[in-house]
Order: sequence, then structure tokens, then C-alpha cells
Amino acid sequence: MTRRQRRLTMIGGSLAVLALAAALVLNALRDSIVFFSTPSMAAEKHIPAGKRFRLGGLVENGSLQRGDNLAVSFTVSDGGARLPVTYKGILPDLFREGQGVVAEGAIDAAGVFRADTVLAKHDETYMPKDVADALKKQGHWKDDYDKKPAMPAPQPSQGASR
Amino acid sequence: MIAEAGHYALVLALALALIQSTVPILGARWRDGALMNVARSTALAQLLFVAFSFAALVSLHVASDFSVVNVFENSHSLKPLIYKVTGVWGNHEGSMLLWVSILALFGGLVAAFGNNLPLSLRAYVLGVQAWIASAFYLFILITSNPFLRIANPPIEGRDLNPVLQDIGLAVHPPMLYLGYVGFSISFSFAVAALLEGRIDAAWARWVRPWTLMAWIFLTLGIAMGSYWAYYELGWGGWWFWDPVENASLMPWLAGTALLHSAVVMEKRDALKVWTILLAILTFSLSLLGTFLVRSGVLTSVHAFATDPTRGVFILLILCVFIGGSLSLYAWRASALKQGGLFAPVSREGALLLNNLFLTCACATVFTGTLYPLALEVLTGDKISVGAPFFNLTFAPLFVPLMVAMPFGPLLAWKRGDVVGAAQRLMAAGVAALVAIALLWAWTRGGAALAPLAIGLGVFVIAGALTDLAERIGLFRVALPLALRRARGLPRSNWGTAFAHAGIGVALIGIVCETTWNSEYIGTLKPSEGAQLAGYSLKLENITQRQGPNYREQIARFSVGLDGAPLGVMTPSKRSFTTRGSSTTEAALLTRGFSQLYISLGDTSADGAIAVRIYHKPLVLLIWFGPVLMAFGGLLSLSDRRLRVGAPKPARAARGLQAAE
Repeated sequence: MTRRQRRLTMIGGSLAVLALAAALVLNALRDSIVFFSTPSMAAEKHIPAGKRFRLGGLVENGSLQRGDNLAVSFTVSDGGARLPVTYKGILPDLFREGQGVVAEGAIDAAGVFRADTVLAKHDETYMPKDVADALKKQGHWKDDYDKKPAMPAPQPSQGASR
Repeated sequence: MIAEAGHYALVLALALALIQSTVPILGARWRDGALMNVARSTALAQLLFVAFSFAALVSLHVASDFSVVNVFENSHSLKPLIYKVTGVWGNHEGSMLLWVSILALFGGLVAAFGNNLPLSLRAYVLGVQAWIASAFYLFILITSNPFLRIANPPIEGRDLNPVLQDIGLAVHPPMLYLGYVGFSISFSFAVAALLEGRIDAAWARWVRPWTLMAWIFLTLGIAMGSYWAYYELGWGGWWFWDPVENASLMPWLAGTALLHSAVVMEKRDALKVWTILLAILTFSLSLLGTFLVRSGVLTSVHAFATDPTRGVFILLILCVFIGGSLSLYAWRASALKQGGLFAPVSREGALLLNNLFLTCACATVFTGTLYPLALEVLTGDKISVGAPFFNLTFAPLFVPLMVAMPFGPLLAWKRGDVVGAAQRLMAAGVAALVAIALLWAWTRGGAALAPLAIGLGVFVIAGALTDLAERIGLFRVALPLALRRARGLPRSNWGTAFAHAGIGVALIGIVCETTWNSEYIGTLKPSEGAQLAGYSLKLENITQRQGPNYREQIARFSVGLDGAPLGVMTPSKRSFTTRGSSTTEAALLTRGFSQLYISLGDTSADGAIAVRIYHKPLVLLIWFGPVLMAFGGLLSLSDRRLRVGAPKPARAARGLQAAE
């Protein structure tokens, strides 16, 4: 193999792997990302039934109902709109009425959000950052949530329930 | 008094770092030995002062001195002693102090054990090390001083986040930081090489042990963090592709690539410029990780804006060091003597392939981690990039890497023989095919990909063994001779085999856990039972207990297998009064490499408790693999070759480097 051929092989090989990586990333970005919405944003955007997204907001006081076999339902609101949510499983340690929550799933034909994951991804002020930002933007922000931001620990400090 | 002394020691360390960052480099420029030697004493003195400062913070936490803000916010007088100590780095200020302490430790190690380094190289390396140190001392002193006092000291502290009150906090962050910060040494060596305009095989030999050491700690730190998340968070997941985790995975991927390219540079004097770039990138990714975790930018771009001083300061450090080193690289790299070009099919070609796949995998993780941030800044849309993205990008890049992995060590330097290597890997290939066939027959109709992936894992492990067998001539020469050869085999060969086998072991664990994990989620009343994967579990009773700073609700399960009793499992839920929060303490029952896992949910009005029970087959292999890898690294680090010191740099060749 001549020097020129060697160089061409190397460059060609590198470009092939890079192209593969780029193709994989672009493909994955099209299919596997999930958008975040609050109930009012969901209503505004008319998210079609069956499309997965992350729903964030406050769990309405008194809305939590436990059914048989770990089935739970509650309502998420952001002050503007409300969306009923159903979930089956164990809720995270930090799930509370009146506190922030992020749920992942899709709206079904009846307009109920069926969550398959409920995240308690937040700090000791019980407010997920995504939710806090969205609520601030819409002007439904209670000051007592906005204490000191938590120090992120050098480890994954989230809990989730699937 | 202790707090003020600790603060003062930190200021003195900054002063020393400023001296160390200028004087030795001027000395190296003017070829003045006395000035260059300043680096050694300042580095050691700096270590002394930072260690004092760190010890001061530890003693404040142990003594529960709530007149210090940091102690008040993160400690409680009733907290057990071990968590008082580990709580020191369970918060922002303390963890940054740990960061600089480790940085000073590495600087001190280079100063103490770098006697065989050329004087000017050592001066440059310690000088660059001091630039980093100065930046971080300033960061701590200006924005995150852990020694601040409160005017009216409260009687009791606010306690540490309960999730962090675990032995994991004692091990995981220090390990991770030893890894992160350890890469600063290879960074300093790279920048020193660029400043000096000279680099040779001896340089690679000096850098390799430091890189290896950092890599071992980072590997263990990541594995430890993953196991911690697994048992502490209560739902049995061990990797979430969370940005915080990705932040530690990226330097690991780049560092692994660096380890391999440094081998090529050491043995063949090639890939020099690339190795320098990797050394810079690896530490840049460590800095990026520190920035992502510490600035609050991850949870939200807006959280970053609410506490701007810290975020902007770290961003500034990030820009100066990454931008500065890359500009220096762009400016000076062409002045370095290029290494030779080599044949694509050869050991060095295989190592280059490894580098390509690892850096591409690293780039995909980088994209997945930072794309949401970029999108939020640009369009305001919030998205989450989770496991599906990484499964679609990271996994396909790792498969060819693992297929190629056993071939690498079997190829000769300069000119390799793929067909020959394939013939020698025949046995490994057969072992993999048998494993695939057996699993496929056993799980007929189950997941199709799982047996293939396990076959790949078996191939990698068998390939690592093949490499060892080939080197000692097992089955070709008499057994006693083969054993004698095995003893004489360089430890780095053993290290390679262990580390490569570790990847295969981890892969098998990952595939088994994700494919054949079975779970039971439901509510149980006392004396009710559940069945899972052949195990029968019975809830005996639920009791309450008072811990040092929490109340605990303990459920007692008796576990049996095929009618025979196996033991008792006691998962619990702790509620911490000070913070008003609770944690779930999962119970684990280990059988071989498999585990039963129970965690508790809420208690309902009728006395039933929600439980989650998992059976996770071979789950321990996920962490046993990295431990094997780290052990391989340790073997390699103890290799004679790295201990006896590097050969003198090629003096004769210097005359040829008129370009520099």
C-alpha cells in the first residue's frame, strides 16, 4: 500500500464512522425526543391523542384518588388549564398534593392523560425546575416556592416511578 | 477561629498558586534552574495549605459549628458521625473545596514523584496546573466560600438531604473527582508539550500512568454512583442517561480513547498531535461536567440566570481553559514533529479505530446532553432527550467497537494480519455462537436481540482469554512452560485482558437485567404474600423504629425458593423530620450475581402497604465489569515498564527539529 493509499484509507474510514454517528444522531433526534408542556400549553397546541409528551404542573389539592391495585388519578393544573391524569403504580416519595409534578405519557381518546412515568425530579422545595419556569412565565408563581435553589449533588438526585 | 484559619489558608494557597503559575514558566523560558525549581516547593506547600483548609471544614462539620453557614445548611447535631464527615462534600461549596484539594494533591504528587521528568517539562506542567488551581481558588473565594459565618448562630442545623445520608456519598464523589481532576495532569502535560514545542515517545510514557490512574478512579466512581442510584432511589434503575451521569461518562469515553492513543504514541511515535488533542478534550469535558453540575444550568437555563455569579464564573473558567488550550493547539500543533503514517491493518490501526468509535460515541452523548440546552436558549422549547435517544445512537456505535476489540491485541504492530487474527479467534467465535444458540433455544420466542448481545459479550471475554492463551502458548507448549511464561508476561498484558473482559462482563449484566428483569407491583397486608420468578415472599409484619435523626417504618418479608426458606428482607421507609422528607431504603437479597429487590411505597388506610419487588438476574455483573476494568488498569499501572522510569528523551532527534 502506498503512502497515499494509506492516507486515503484512514481518512475514508474516519469519515465513514463520523457519517454513521451523525446519521444515528439525526435519526434519533427526529424520533426519540419528548417535548414538555403544561396543561394550558397542551390545550393551546392541540397535542393529538397518542403523542407522547411530558406534562408538568401542580397536583391540584384534593384531586388525588386511589383506586384498586395501585391505580391513581389526579389533576394537574397550571392555574390556567387543568388536565386529568391517570397512572398505575407507586408514586415517588416526594409526590404531594399542591406540589409540582412531571408526568410522561400521552392523552387518550377521552382526553385523559395516561402517564406511564411520574417523575419527582426536583429539590427540597418540591418544585421541578421545568414546572417552576413555566409557571413563572404564566404568572402563577407563589413566592414561597422560590427559596434558595438546591445544590445539585454530584449524583443523580431524582427519583421516578415507572 | 477554625473557619477563619481555613479561609486564610485558602487565600495563602491562592497566593502560592499565583507564584507557581508564573515563576517556573519564566524560569523554563530563561532556562533558569532555580526559578524552575520554585514549582516543586510551591506545589507541595499549596497541597499543605489546601489540606489544612479542607481539614478545617471537616472539623467544623464534625463539631457541628452552626455559626458557619455551610454547616448550618447541611448538617444536624444528631446526624451520625460518618455523614457529618461526608456531608462536607454533599453540598456545593464543600464539593468545590474537595475539587481543589484533589487538584492540589495531584500537583503535589507530580512535584514529589516527578524527579525523573526533565526540569523544564516539570516546571511547565506544574505551572499549567497552577493556572487551573488559581482559577478555582478564585471561584471558591469569590462565589462559594464555605467558611462564611452567620451573624446570629442558630441552635440547630437544617440537616443534609436525606438521599445523601448514605455510605455512597463517602465513596462516590471523591472517586469521581479523583478521576475528573486526575485528567488535569494529562491536560497540563499536553499544554506543556505545546508550550515547549517538543513531544516524543518519552512524553507519552510519563503521561500514561497519570491518565491510567485518573481513568481507574473515574471507572470506579461511575460504577459506584450507578450502584448507589440503584439501591437508593428505590425503583431499581441503574443508569438514567441523566445529564449529570452523562457529564461523567463523556470524560470517561474520551479518557479511554486517550489511554489507547497514548499507547500508539509510546510504542510507535505516531498519533502525537491527536493524543495532545485528546488530552485537552478529556479535561475540557471534565471541566464541562463540573460546569453542568455546579452551575444549575442543567435543571433549567433559567435557574442558571437566577444565580448568575457562580454560573458565569464557571462558564468563564470553561471558556478560558478550553478556548485557550484549543487556540494554543491550533497555533502550536503544526510545530510539533508529525509521527509516521502507518498501515490501516495493524495494532496501531486497530487502536485508531477504537479512538474513532469512542470519540464518536462521546460526541453523540455530548449532543444528547447539550442539544436540549441549546434548543431552549434558541427557541424556548423544552424537550427531554432520554434513554431512547442514547439507545439509538450510543449502542450502534459500541457494537462494532466491541466486535473489533478482541482483534486489536492479536494484531502485530506495523503490519497486522486480520485473517490470522480471525483464525486465532475461532475458538472465541465458536464459544459466542454456542452461547447464542443455547440462549435462543432456551428463551424461544423471547427477545431476539438479547442472545445476540450476550453472544457478543461472550466473544469479548473469550477474545480476551484467547489473547492471553496465545501469548503464553497455552495448548501449544507443555503446561509448566506455559505457566512459567504466564508469570513472566508483562502485567500490562494481563491488564488489557482484564479490562477488555470487564466490558464483556458488564454487557452481559446489562442485557440480562434489561431483558429478563421481572417485577411485582402491588399492595400487601401483613401475612399476605407474592410470587416472583420462582421466589415466594411473605410480608410478616410492619414495625416502627426511631433512628438517630429519622423515624423508620420497617416491613419484614420472609423469602423462600421452592418451599425452602431463604432468609428475611427488611425494606424500610425513613422520614426525616428536619427536612420533612422521606427516603426509601430498598432491601436486597443477593443470590450469586442475581438480586431480589424490594422497596416500599405508601401505606393505605386499611393497613396495606404498596410494594415493588424486582428479580434482577445477573444484575451485579453490571458493576462487576467496571471493577474488573479498574483491576486491569491497576495491573497495568503496576507494570515494571511504567515504574522503572522513562528512557531519556531522544536527544539526537532534537537536532532534526529545526522547525520548532
